Amino acid sequence: MTAPATTPATTGTRPRHLLDFADWTPERLTALLDNADTMNQVLDRPVRKVPALQGLTVCTAFFENSTRTRVSFELAARRMSADVVSFAAGASSLNKGESLGDTVEVLTAYKVDAFVVRHPASGAAHLVARYSGKPVINAGDGRRAHPTQALLDAYTIRQEFGSLSGKTVAIVGDIRHSRVARSNAELLPKLGARVRLCGPATLLPAGLAALPGVTLTTDPREAVRGAHAVMALRLQQERMSGGYLASLAEYADHYQVNGRLLREAEPGAIVLHPGPMNRDLEISSDVADGERSRILRQVEHGQAVRMSVLYHLLVGRE
Amino acid sequence: MDACIQGTEMKQLTITNIKRPGSDGLESVTVENGVITGWNLPHQGDVIDGRGGTVAPAFIEPHAHLREPGQTQKEDLASGLAAAAAGGYGTVVSMPNTSPVVDDPATVRALIEKADGLGLARLRPAAALTRGQNGEHLAELAYLREAGAVMFTDDGRTSEDARVLRLGLEYAHSLGMVVSVHAEDASLRAGGVMNEGPVSEALGLPGNPAAAEAARVARDLEIVAQTGARLHVQHLSTARALELVRGAKARGLPVTCEVCPHHLLLTDEALRSFDALYKVAPPLRTQKDADALLSGLLDGTVDCLATDHAPHTRAEKERDLLEAPFGIAYIEIAFPLMWTHFGERLGLGRLLDLMTAAPAHVLGWPAPTLEPGSPADLVVLDLDTGREVNPAGFLSKAKFSPWAGETLRGWPTLTVVGGRVAFRR
Repeated sequence: MTAPATTPATTGTRPRHLLDFADWTPERLTALLDNADTMNQVLDRPVRKVPALQGLTVCTAFFENSTRTRVSFELAARRMSADVVSFAAGASSLNKGESLGDTVEVLTAYKVDAFVVRHPASGAAHLVARYSGKPVINAGDGRRAHPTQALLDAYTIRQEFGSLSGKTVAIVGDIRHSRVARSNAELLPKLGARVRLCGPATLLPAGLAALPGVTLTTDPREAVRGAHAVMALRLQQERMSGGYLASLAEYADHYQVNGRLLREAEPGAIVLHPGPMNRDLEISSDVADGERSRILRQVEHGQAVRMSVLYHLLVGRE
Repeated sequence: MDACIQGTEMKQLTITNIKRPGSDGLESVTVENGVITGWNLPHQGDVIDGRGGTVAPAFIEPHAHLREPGQTQKEDLASGLAAAAAGGYGTVVSMPNTSPVVDDPATVRALIEKADGLGLARLRPAAALTRGQNGEHLAELAYLREAGAVMFTDDGRTSEDARVLRLGLEYAHSLGMVVSVHAEDASLRAGGVMNEGPVSEALGLPGNPAAAEAARVARDLEIVAQTGARLHVQHLSTARALELVRGAKARGLPVTCEVCPHHLLLTDEALRSFDALYKVAPPLRTQKDADALLSGLLDGTVDCLATDHAPHTRAEKERDLLEAPFGIAYIEIAFPLMWTHFGERLGLGRLLDLMTAAPAHVLGWPAPTLEPGSPADLVVLDLDTGREVNPAGFLSKAKFSPWAGETLRGWPTLTVVGGRVAFRR
């Protein structure tokens, strides 16, 4: 009823942060993806560097390990001539007294111009935005959101089919714990695609059916039928101890993205995975390495998309 | 003041220009030795101008965490009881989940003695139902009662072992005491930090399902039916659990329940801010639940209001939603919140009842009145003047609030406890 304004994200018309896609219009998202095309061209040049962010400092604040995402962001920032400073801490070390608010205030005092935040708690990126007052890019917060991953997924699908409009994307796996699934379920319908979320009932929270353009099914064949893109999610092995699954074998038998399941998909459908993969668990090796796989392409696109996001938030001319 | 300062037995006080609820005439009340001596008598002792406010028996808070002993960075008796007095409360029942747990008679006595010396709201401690609130072995309930404990509860934890709860209910009942429960099934609640539903799923936060509360209330009501022992259900948050209590009352079971203003005023939508201010246990539910709880206040299913005053430090509440502790503290503005938002629906009489006679009934105490001979625990309320909530001025150590900046009416201007001024605005 009287929740404080959480983030100043809606000042003016241009979002100040990329925390999730709530403040982002389809037009602005399309501009982001268009701009990623330009960045992709930069990455094809012999000298992969432009001066766009010269003199600016980007802080990657990772309260949870993620080498890949971090390397991708740091390269993206450096290729645009930004200075990069890294802060890494287990979130647990913060529990020994210093609040997230205090940590962020200290980092802000170093006079950085933007934060890239990864944190195990949903909503932590929102808190960093509130405490720092600086532009914040969410690089994954708990189960909540991983918007640059969803953008690179959208970019990859768009590059394949020209547009997201009217396309169907099936996301198969541990939906409950997946920020990638949530971000895609938020983003892709904004760009005109339908999203089907699929997993065992214990990993498929019914509440997500409330999202526009999103349907839920526990039947992978139904999810994949006629889909243009099929995304397998990483299955964290610790879900076994949480009691969500009876056995990995049963899971793989029913939910693995493999050649048999893909026969249900649209001819020409592509396969995505946010990585890192458990080969032959959530995805079969032949599919992961096969002609439909765009998994390495996703990694390439990640850099271009992150360059585009940094440019949008720090320079902002579209 | 003279009489008081001279330390004679004759402590006298007169409050003038006050209205009794339901009457427009300005009256005065006189107090002597902690007891109301009469209305509109010749003034005696210190005279306080009530400025046209409405007088009522001071409120009774059946559920507050004052954090002493052991957690005084969050709150202590002095700050908590001062905050309570500022909120118009004359009596506070403190929860025993402190460090150490209040499970021995000496601690109960020490707390009461210390609080009595403060001259603020009166402390009436609840004691642990089980030793160390371990849920396994009953505490010395008879000794605790003799020491002054007014209620038994393992609040702060949930009573997972149904047999232990059953034994505790039976033993407490034989002592004429009430047991209160934080009714949530811990295994269903699991790691939930907010209500389970579309909002928790959209936010990617672990959900606590309504079934966790309903299932536990259902179990506990069966124990009441089996034993006939009195049970008080704390801070009901769901429509379903309320329905279960309604059914039990219809069957004539000796059960009472309380509802917290924050469960009426806020919903799980507030968590979209990711602000741990809104992380409470049981969690903020849906508007449908809040509406049902209000209906329960209107039809009498809900016996009384409680704030579940649960202060934490600002640093603790600035943590992320997984790490931050559960709890919200607003005892100073509970009546203004209720009067401003629900005064019309509830009416002044019912609202005052929910904060005075009703909690007294839950605790097995006589209903407080304004009649001569009654204890002089009084509050004077300014029902009309709007005033902004300013958490920086809170007397509680928790100086932050979801309602900061909101204009409320119904502020207490004077709280008298045992014939002494405990708060004056």
